[in-house]
Amino acid sequence: MLQVKNLSCGYGKKIILRDVTFQVKEGEVLGIIGPNGSGKTTLLRAITKVINPSRGEITLKGKNVGRMDFQEFAKTAAVVSQTLPGGFVTLEEFVLLGRTPYFKRFQFFETENDLRVAQKAMMLTDTWGLKDRFLEEMSGGEKQLSLIARALSQEPSLLFLDEPTSHLDIAHQVYILDLIRRLNKELSLTVVMVMHDLNLAAEYCDRLLLLREGRVHCAGYPKEVLTYQTIEEVYRTVVVVTDSPVSGKPHIFVVPSEQRHNP
Amino acid sequence: MIMKNKLAAWIFWTVLLSLFLLATGLFSLGVGSSEVTLRGLISAITQGRNAAGYSILFDIRLPRIILGFAVGGSLSLAGVILQGMFRNPLVEPYTLGISGGAALGVALNIVLRISGHFGVLSLPISGFLGALIVSFLVYFLAVKKGTFRTDSFLLTGVMISFISSALMMLLMALSRSEDLQGIIFWMMGSLEEPSRLLLRSELIVAVLGLLASYLFVFDLNAFGLGEEEALHLGVNTERSKRILFVLAAVLTGFAVSVAGIIGFVGLVVPHFVRMFLGGDHRILLIGSFLSGAIFLILCYALARIVIAPLELPVGVITGILGGTLFVYAVSKKRI
Repeated sequence: MLQVKNLSCGYGKKIILRDVTFQVKEGEVLGIIGPNGSGKTTLLRAITKVINPSRGEITLKGKNVGRMDFQEFAKTAAVVSQTLPGGFVTLEEFVLLGRTPYFKRFQFFETENDLRVAQKAMMLTDTWGLKDRFLEEMSGGEKQLSLIARALSQEPSLLFLDEPTSHLDIAHQVYILDLIRRLNKELSLTVVMVMHDLNLAAEYCDRLLLLREGRVHCAGYPKEVLTYQTIEEVYRTVVVVTDSPVSGKPHIFVVPSEQRHNP
Repeated sequence: MIMKNKLAAWIFWTVLLSLFLLATGLFSLGVGSSEVTLRGLISAITQGRNAAGYSILFDIRLPRIILGFAVGGSLSLAGVILQGMFRNPLVEPYTLGISGGAALGVALNIVLRISGHFGVLSLPISGFLGALIVSFLVYFLAVKKGTFRTDSFLLTGVMISFISSALMMLLMALSRSEDLQGIIFWMMGSLEEPSRLLLRSELIVAVLGLLASYLFVFDLNAFGLGEEEALHLGVNTERSKRILFVLAAVLTGFAVSVAGIIGFVGLVVPHFVRMFLGGDHRILLIGSFLSGAIFLILCYALARIVIAPLELPVGVITGILGGTLFVYAVSKKRI
């Protein structure tokens, strides 16, 4: 689905990512993890054409992303960014903006099909009942859902999310991630998401990519990546890793400094 | 369903504003130092050249109303485009220094007597060049390390605006008295009819500008989400921004060079239209264009009534009226 080969990039002279290589298989959920400043968001921005890579090649469904135009890219891949939307626009209008890449130059109004797709996107995210509400009046969780609905109305086969749970409480975190897994299964949507919370990443991602100082430190199944040695090395924090009694996935416990000397 | 509603709303507002525009035009045609009644108006239309008020109506007032339509529409459209692009309600041709640049271009033209050699069309062209040069200057000064910052953009614009008005004063201090009067009167903003050729070219630019802006209507809607989001929705933001910027400069440059500095139309009118019609540029573009035309024609009528039989420069009216309305609206709005 997506191949990233020897990607290097940054802002101006400051290089953030060095020689990043990985691939995303069709139908999987890949989590990108790493400490603050390790280049997670920059990687996402480079893949989604916001910044130009200084070296390397990105291919999406066999096509070179650098040579794709923005419209074509937006029909294949959608991005759910970190900032929540607001303003006096109704949810339906907002979700319909996701149809922008499908507009022809001289088209003036949405077609019946655009409306159907937007409605389906709102149904899938359980926000159809909110369609006439203003974004300004919505809660953080509802805004996050509306962003996902807008992305879905682009009819993408690949969905990028940048820390989709960072503004939410634990119930909404689980709700959003359950939804993403469901979309992954039902629409066979490939998902790449930047995650901050390692435990949630372990639970919800098929594979993980761990970044460290702009390089790929390691990649693989959660069990392979989230070992205490790796985490202590990359995050420089003492942790204990055991398997979750519920799912059998790795679960990380932090160790406060008071506890370190008297086990 | 929603599509039909949108179409209906679009037609409703466009027709309503057009009717309003027509009424304003007729009203403006009737008032002034010599009152013309409705009957007089009709007889002037039916009897043609021989009627009493014919030449006042059709040789003096009508061209100015048409000019008011084109200039008001252009400035307001330029304002709505810039505000949509930069998501900032304070951005408009005047605050960005585009008007000032155009003014400087025209003043230079007058002082150097270029229009005497190359004809009146050199006026809007020099205005347009001035607008374009300032636009690029402001734009490139605001782009830092490859990223664009709206706040420094606005600040640079205001500063450039000051610099151009200082340069204008320098020009005026150095110029001959007959040029001086021309510059001053033109600077205050007036719809004194310059020439048929200028009038016609301004009208064409305004209407073509409106049509061209509709090619980018969805880009403008996407820009409302922020630039990066617009990019994610498949908008080639760099290209759209450049084209829209040039479009705004063309509209402003022509309007300013034909009618002088008429401030606040591009700031106030889009603001009010947005309050009533919402943020969808499909209705916002035409709505702002028509409302800007209405506003300027109305101001023009006022300019002739207030101290009749003398006429005020229309820029004075738009400045006072527009500024007051804007302060009122801002103070009422909960932020």
